[in-house]
Amino acid sequence: MTGAGGKALALHLGVIGLLLALHFILPPYHHTNLARVMVLAVFAMGYNITFGYTGMLSLGHALFFASGLYATGLLIQHGAWSAGPGLVAGVLAGGAMALAVGLLALRTTGVAFMIVTLMFAQAGYLAILYFGSWTRGDEGFVLDRAARAIGPFDLSDDATRYLVALALFSVALLVNLRLARSPSGRVLVAIRENEERTRMLGYDPWRHRLGALALSGLYCGAAGAAYGLLFGYVGATFASIQYSILPLLYVLLGGAGTVLGPFLGTLLMFYLIDLSSAVTDAHLMVVGVALLALVLFAPRGLLGALRARFLPWLP
Amino acid sequence: MDFGPFLLLATMEGLVMAAVLALTASGLSLVFGVMRVVNVAHGEFFMLGAVLAWFVAEAAPGPPWLGFMAALAVAPLLVASVAALADTLILRRLNYEPEATIVATIGLLYILQQAALTFYGPDARPVVAPFDWRIQLPWFGWSGYKLFVIAAACAILTGLWLLLSRTRIGLVMRATQYDSETARAFGIDVDRVYAGVFALGAALAAVAAVLIVPIQQAHYLMGGDPLLLAFIVVIIGGLGSLRGTLVAALLIGLSDGIIGVFFSPTVAKIIATLFVAMVLILRPQGLFGRRPA
Repeated sequence: MTGAGGKALALHLGVIGLLLALHFILPPYHHTNLARVMVLAVFAMGYNITFGYTGMLSLGHALFFASGLYATGLLIQHGAWSAGPGLVAGVLAGGAMALAVGLLALRTTGVAFMIVTLMFAQAGYLAILYFGSWTRGDEGFVLDRAARAIGPFDLSDDATRYLVALALFSVALLVNLRLARSPSGRVLVAIRENEERTRMLGYDPWRHRLGALALSGLYCGAAGAAYGLLFGYVGATFASIQYSILPLLYVLLGGAGTVLGPFLGTLLMFYLIDLSSAVTDAHLMVVGVALLALVLFAPRGLLGALRARFLPWLP
Repeated sequence: MDFGPFLLLATMEGLVMAAVLALTASGLSLVFGVMRVVNVAHGEFFMLGAVLAWFVAEAAPGPPWLGFMAALAVAPLLVASVAALADTLILRRLNYEPEATIVATIGLLYILQQAALTFYGPDARPVVAPFDWRIQLPWFGWSGYKLFVIAAACAILTGLWLLLSRTRIGLVMRATQYDSETARAFGIDVDRVYAGVFALGAALAAVAAVLIVPIQQAHYLMGGDPLLLAFIVVIIGGLGSLRGTLVAALLIGLSDGIIGVFFSPTVAKIIATLFVAMVLILRPQGLFGRRPA
């Protein structure tokens, strides 16, 4: 067990080390892309905690991402907060929103849960449009360069941006790894596999689900807040249904219920869309075909298939 | 305009909305009821119906009414065959497993949207109404075509009800809905029933779209709103209950029309979505549905 644990820890630290090394050698275009991928991967990891580990298919995670994005963005833009406290507020906003949605939505499961989360996210999206005088709706607003600094670090600077994204990603990855190997993480998987039996063993599925959703909300809020600060733009698109579907796609591609899967899925999907746009501008087609192909031919995703075949120790 | 006539206008607009919504939602409800499939691509079948109607109306020679009638006949058939194909090639292979089918229909949604964008383009285009006739009320004039939409929707829904309750096809569908295993044991080709139901559901959305397209132009992103509203209607009416769906369509269509006229349409939509979430949480069987035994 310690052998497998050591191997897993080494693998994940290795990935973080590789990303740090890439910081020094990547050309600017891919450098910025990778920073974006890391932030989106945190979003996908948050999604994976509910979908991959706990087995709750949500169609409303854009709401948690947008909560972080808008809490940070609006506090900086209209509340004249500085970036540091703004970031913390964004993370907490994501968690609080997930907790609130969870308290209501977790009374349902399965199809009803999907639709309830979808409806809450849609209501959030419409609310952002409705309060257009502050949020500027679809058009969104740009955060000032001056406001995007934490202490001496200017987050709009390319190198700082990459390193901050990497730091956030590393923390998220290691916490996720810790969760996957902890007793609570195992209870989540047990709930996914067989809720009744887990209940019989004396665990309360509802409380564990709520906890998983709140943690997932913290991840998504952090990703949203960081996205706003690092890339300087806050817009209603990030609250739309599409941003609830994207993390699902990332997680399905990389492998649901694996720690590295969300990052791998985000990276591959990002570059798949990027590369295909050289050939065709039919992005939607790429996303649609990828979803269909995954669900038909590889329902466990890349790392899920790899784990089943060759690497049973992969967390 | 005074309050009274204004309310009358809002009600009449709401009725048109309710008619179209009832058609779209009954398709969604039918598919969920018989197949237990939540079809996220339903709105795109609606959009496809409208876009194909434009193509058919453009291609048809002769006066506008001929083009419109051709569209009304051809577009739903084409959409139905696309749906039957999607069922056979994709959904059947997933064994109608709920989460997998939702992901698959999301994929289908994107593919259909992209196809419309590529072949039809980003512009919104109208289909000319089959006739141009106005009803002159003392306070305002109203398009006679809208009256035709309401009448046509009523006729089609009556036909659907007769099909389901009075024919052998309906009997087979209900048997499959009740217990697909036993239906199969009695020699019913369940695969064919599923393909047929999925096609019929899509065709209902397409008919609704053809009817609305002279009033509201065809656009490749037009599927989002009908999908959301149809979801709302089906859930409030009770998933899979056709009668509940019709009542809810009337309720939502009218209130959406009236709230939309007097308040902001965004507020109307926020209220409706939150209402649906609360209905699902507190009364999962829908307002009119019966709790499953």
